[in-house]
Amino acid sequence: MNALVLRLKRSGQLPVAAAALCTLGLLLIGSLYSSNFLSAEYLLLQLQIASFLGVVATGAMLVILLGGIDLSVPWLVTVGGVMSAAVAGWWGGAGAAFAIPFGIACGALLGLVNGIGVAYLRVPSMIFTLGINAVAQGLIVVHTGGFAPQDRATPAMHLIATGRSFFGLPNALLVWVAVGTATMFLLHRTALGRAIYAVGNRERAAYLSGIDTRRVTLLVFVIAGACSAAAGVLLTGYSTKAYQAMGDAYLLPAIAAVVLGGTHILGGRGSYLGTVVGVVLITLLQSILSVMQIPEMGRQVTYGVVIIVMLLVYGRGRRMSE
Amino acid sequence: MTTHAAWRYHLRAQRGLYGAAAMFVVIFALYIAKHPVGWTLPVLTTAANKGVLLAIVAMAQTLPVLTSGIDLSVGMVFVLANCLASHLVVGTPLQAALGIVVVLAAGALCGLINGLIIVFGRLQPIITTLATGTVYFGLALGLRPVPGGQVHAGMADAVTGAPLGVPSLLLVLLAVVVLVWVPYRKSAIGRAALAIGSSENAAYMSGVPIGRAKIVTYTLAGLLAAIGGLLLTFVTYSGEASSAIGGTYTLNSIAAVVIGGTSLAGGAGSAIGSVFGALVLRTIGDLLFVFDLEPLWQPLFQGVILLVAVSLGALQLLKVTNRLEVFK
Repeated sequence: MNALVLRLKRSGQLPVAAAALCTLGLLLIGSLYSSNFLSAEYLLLQLQIASFLGVVATGAMLVILLGGIDLSVPWLVTVGGVMSAAVAGWWGGAGAAFAIPFGIACGALLGLVNGIGVAYLRVPSMIFTLGINAVAQGLIVVHTGGFAPQDRATPAMHLIATGRSFFGLPNALLVWVAVGTATMFLLHRTALGRAIYAVGNRERAAYLSGIDTRRVTLLVFVIAGACSAAAGVLLTGYSTKAYQAMGDAYLLPAIAAVVLGGTHILGGRGSYLGTVVGVVLITLLQSILSVMQIPEMGRQVTYGVVIIVMLLVYGRGRRMSE
Repeated sequence: MTTHAAWRYHLRAQRGLYGAAAMFVVIFALYIAKHPVGWTLPVLTTAANKGVLLAIVAMAQTLPVLTSGIDLSVGMVFVLANCLASHLVVGTPLQAALGIVVVLAAGALCGLINGLIIVFGRLQPIITTLATGTVYFGLALGLRPVPGGQVHAGMADAVTGAPLGVPSLLLVLLAVVVLVWVPYRKSAIGRAALAIGSSENAAYMSGVPIGRAKIVTYTLAGLLAAIGGLLLTFVTYSGEASSAIGGTYTLNSIAAVVIGGTSLAGGAGSAIGSVFGALVLRTIGDLLFVFDLEPLWQPLFQGVILLVAVSLGALQLLKVTNRLEVFK
């Protein structure tokens, strides 16, 4: 047993295994309450809901791997949802075809501004993305306030978010699988992926090794913006409407999922598999707490305590004396 | 060192503080000049009531940031103190005073818990306070599932009015600076906190009491956030467990810290700068109001101004001669 833990620790996969165990534990606790928790239907539904968080967490993870943090998630999600719905209203049938790429492109554009600020102006990511979040909020208020643009999801968005086109698997889950596969390919099979880890470890060393670290940072923020907006498009399709502040509930769970999955909050270390497990864990936790009809107070407290306890079990830093 | 050189050193070290103070004076002068009533006690009192709350929460945020940490739970401790005060600060003056002590102690306890987890649990401050913030918000929700409650009316009127000829909240702010920030900054613990922010390894090697300094720092941050929450209760006469209020105060406090010239990397800055940063942020919002800007455009302008203000630090890049200095 000890040898196994040691090997896991050395391979860096201990958090993934621990988070996976916790997920199974949660399911067991849930099944004591109601056998529905183990039904395929319930699990598929949870995975469908988890895919929205999963897409957001993908972008959040890439930024955290770089050693940054993206606080512009809430309003970039909203930008993706609102703009994709609006473009369908502006141009009718032709607009509907463009709705999804247009929404994602708007998010990527704001992500580009994030990247310019962080990579080239050297403003700390925490504060610059905060500013972009405020600007995105202002843009959406101006956009939706003066006149009422269309806020209904197009049929295509609805199909992607809620449909089950292949073998009864939710389409949203397939989207997450596609995004996840692309991310794993990016991180482990491309030079850019290597460079992301390198910059996260020590940007100065990466720069001296000939990596254009600023371009890497820029690209990562563009991807993160696109991921947030894509989640907004999915959410709009899921709830059939885009609305203000629709992304507010995604910032903290995304960061928590990434960190619970073993990605180091200061960057340079982490695996996408961990993020997947973290996302599933957070989604299940939220779902079980709400099914058990625990009041909101208890849910918040449990949620916070679980994150702290899990990190105390496997996410502790080193002693100064080591 | 001649006094002249000493002054130049002082000016350079406190550049951020004086920059924020100058920015505030300009913006506030513009606001008063454009205001239909102008420089009168009621106008100043209203402005103070808006600005001081954020100023105190920004001071709370400054302390962990100086140690190169961060406290994402300040907004939630603020909300928790607000809800607690709406239950406890009632009744006879003695009971209300006791209630105030309990509220402040609860805030300090929240901060102490943050500090203990960060030091002995060896978790990163950002994720620790993110999680404890959720817990504190849950407790606030338990205390006030729906907005309501009350507060000692006499105290509230005295604190939000100007019985002494100056807005009382400005006196409270001054008292907090003199009684909390100055002693902390002058103490060995405060110096240790700045040393940790500059280089934790070097501080450790020099025998700086790292654990103790961090625990005191986070405890004081909790205490300051609770003072802010208590004052909020006096301003609104009620308690409300709103995650939106908590989140906004946390994020604005970080913005105020940066505008006030404190480096997010730690080791340099001051809570007084953050006070001016907070006042700048608040006055900008009012400025858009007196200039009759379409309300629809206000959030966008506020966002753009915030973005420009935090990007001013980029001007430092022009002075970099060795390209390697750009990358940390």
